[in-house]
Amino acid sequence: MIRRTAVLSLAILSVAGLDGCRRKVVSAPTPVATNASNADSLAALRARQRADSIAAAERAARETAAASDRRSAGEAAAVLAQKVYFDYDRDNLRDDARATLDAKVPILIANPSVTLAITGHTDERGTAEYNLALGQRRAAQVKRYLTSRGIEDARISTQSMGDSQPAVQGTDESAYQQNRRAEFQASGAGTLVAPRS
Amino acid sequence: MRSPSLRRLLPFALLALFLAAPLAAQDTTSRGVRIGLTYNPGSKPGVAVLPVSGATGDSVRAIVQRDFDFGDRVDPIVLDATMASEASRASGPNWPLLARLGAAAAVQITPTASGFHLAVYNVATKQTALIKDYTTAATPQSRAWRAALHGIADDLEEAFTGVRGIARTRILFERGKRIWVVDSDGEGAMPVSEVGTPISPAWDPSGRAITYSTIVPAGISVLDLATGRARTVVSGAGVYISPVFSPDGGSIIYAHGVDAGVDLYAIPTSGGGARRLSVGRGSDNVSPSFSPDGRRIVFMSGRAGHPEIYTMDADGTNVDLLTPLDIGENAYRASPDWSPDGRLVAFQSQMAGNFQVLTINLRDRGLRQLTSDGRNEDPSWAPDGRHLTFVSNRSGVKQLWVLDIETGRSRQLSRGAPVRVPAWSPRLPAE
Repeated sequence: MIRRTAVLSLAILSVAGLDGCRRKVVSAPTPVATNASNADSLAALRARQRADSIAAAERAARETAAASDRRSAGEAAAVLAQKVYFDYDRDNLRDDARATLDAKVPILIANPSVTLAITGHTDERGTAEYNLALGQRRAAQVKRYLTSRGIEDARISTQSMGDSQPAVQGTDESAYQQNRRAEFQASGAGTLVAPRS
Repeated sequence: MRSPSLRRLLPFALLALFLAAPLAAQDTTSRGVRIGLTYNPGSKPGVAVLPVSGATGDSVRAIVQRDFDFGDRVDPIVLDATMASEASRASGPNWPLLARLGAAAAVQITPTASGFHLAVYNVATKQTALIKDYTTAATPQSRAWRAALHGIADDLEEAFTGVRGIARTRILFERGKRIWVVDSDGEGAMPVSEVGTPISPAWDPSGRAITYSTIVPAGISVLDLATGRARTVVSGAGVYISPVFSPDGGSIIYAHGVDAGVDLYAIPTSGGGARRLSVGRGSDNVSPSFSPDGRRIVFMSGRAGHPEIYTMDADGTNVDLLTPLDIGENAYRASPDWSPDGRLVAFQSQMAGNFQVLTINLRDRGLRQLTSDGRNEDPSWAPDGRHLTFVSNRSGVKQLWVLDIETGRSRQLSRGAPVRVPAWSPRLPAE
């Protein structure tokens, strides 16, 4: 988790730096010919003021761009982390789960060095032993879906926590539904960028 | 599960001929007053444990009496203070009093410098039926000391009924991210594994080691109970679930899977290559339990679309669906455990919205529902094939309970924080 956060911050900084250069559009001030030294100093002052204002504009532009990149990197991370949910004693992917997974695919394609660890979970019903197997089957099903969409097999690992790590406590269907899930943890040495739309 | 030394127990077997009655109908209540040797064959022999001398005397007597009570084969005749003071005299047992109380036998245990001296009296013949000395170096009230007394109680039950008791056994279970062990009478609960994600403990047939799986990192461990040291037998990606030793202790069967279902595997206990046994074709196959002869394995599989109980040969061939599909509802059968006498498989099934413990007879597939109060799961047989431990929430928290399937009598074994996945030991060696 710590490692992933570090990677993401790094991504934001480097992407922001690049974008700052790209968006530099204002050209240098044109010198104006004058006769007097007062006029010279006045011109220098104006030139300085103008340079300052340009620098401020550039700074503002950079900050806006960085914020936007930060936002899209953060959004990309959030999409990758989005959980998918299952029906009782089932591992098949519902429409909502497919939609959630479809949103991850372009991010994974845009970030080829990012790997994804999928953890399958179950609700508390059933036996601990079967639930470990069921959680693994859910994680494997999710992995199959992602690899069928072109994500390399080696980039995705699967594991199961069974019923040992419920997302919420409770013994009603609402709690059970939140606990029947697959969770995702992205990591990698590369940078996380939003896919270009 | 065979007794360690038949020769040593021969005198008890002979005594059993004197005192024992067939146990075919043990769930019938005894009627009237027992009259020693000629007590009603349907009842349990009454046995008086005579007062024990010394500072530990009361503990000794309480432990053995409770073992008789929990064993459900011998009826401990509890003497009140007055009776206790009159039950034994300098000249020997008070025969008329013992006879009046309905005792078939009286037991006198005397702590000695090297252990315990045991004398058993036959009340009907007014004779000493058995004398035996037990050696133990254990500190009074310690685990090993209690184990020595449980061993005496087991010897006595065998002498009286022909069936060895189960007092010197223990039960493993998971609580608070550790594997724990507790004595059969509920005493001496203590953790045996490190804190982590251990689950599904099972006994080595000698009772000296256990195996369990861990969720993170996923793998199978074996822990030596004497040293407390654990070693990893196999680990890796995916899940490792529900290990059990083969009856000869030579291999461990467990469930494992990564991306293509979970299947059963066998691996030598000493380590080495794993061999796949089940062919689940992407389904889940977990919770194996061996038949006592080691030739068949009962397990749970989701191959039919929902969890059911199946049997197969130990090499994975000849798979058979064991549980009928039309019992209970929602079709969820799990946690099979093959009885030590080979006749029954205990399992849990969803019934009326809750899990209940049932048995299925392997000969005629006859079903018997054993529980109905609360949610009851994870049955595990005692080595006598008559008692089961399981997890029940009937007291509000998931605890271990023990059920005598002959009488339907049950008792709560554990208290405190919730527990899971119990495993009853074989009869344990002296410590």
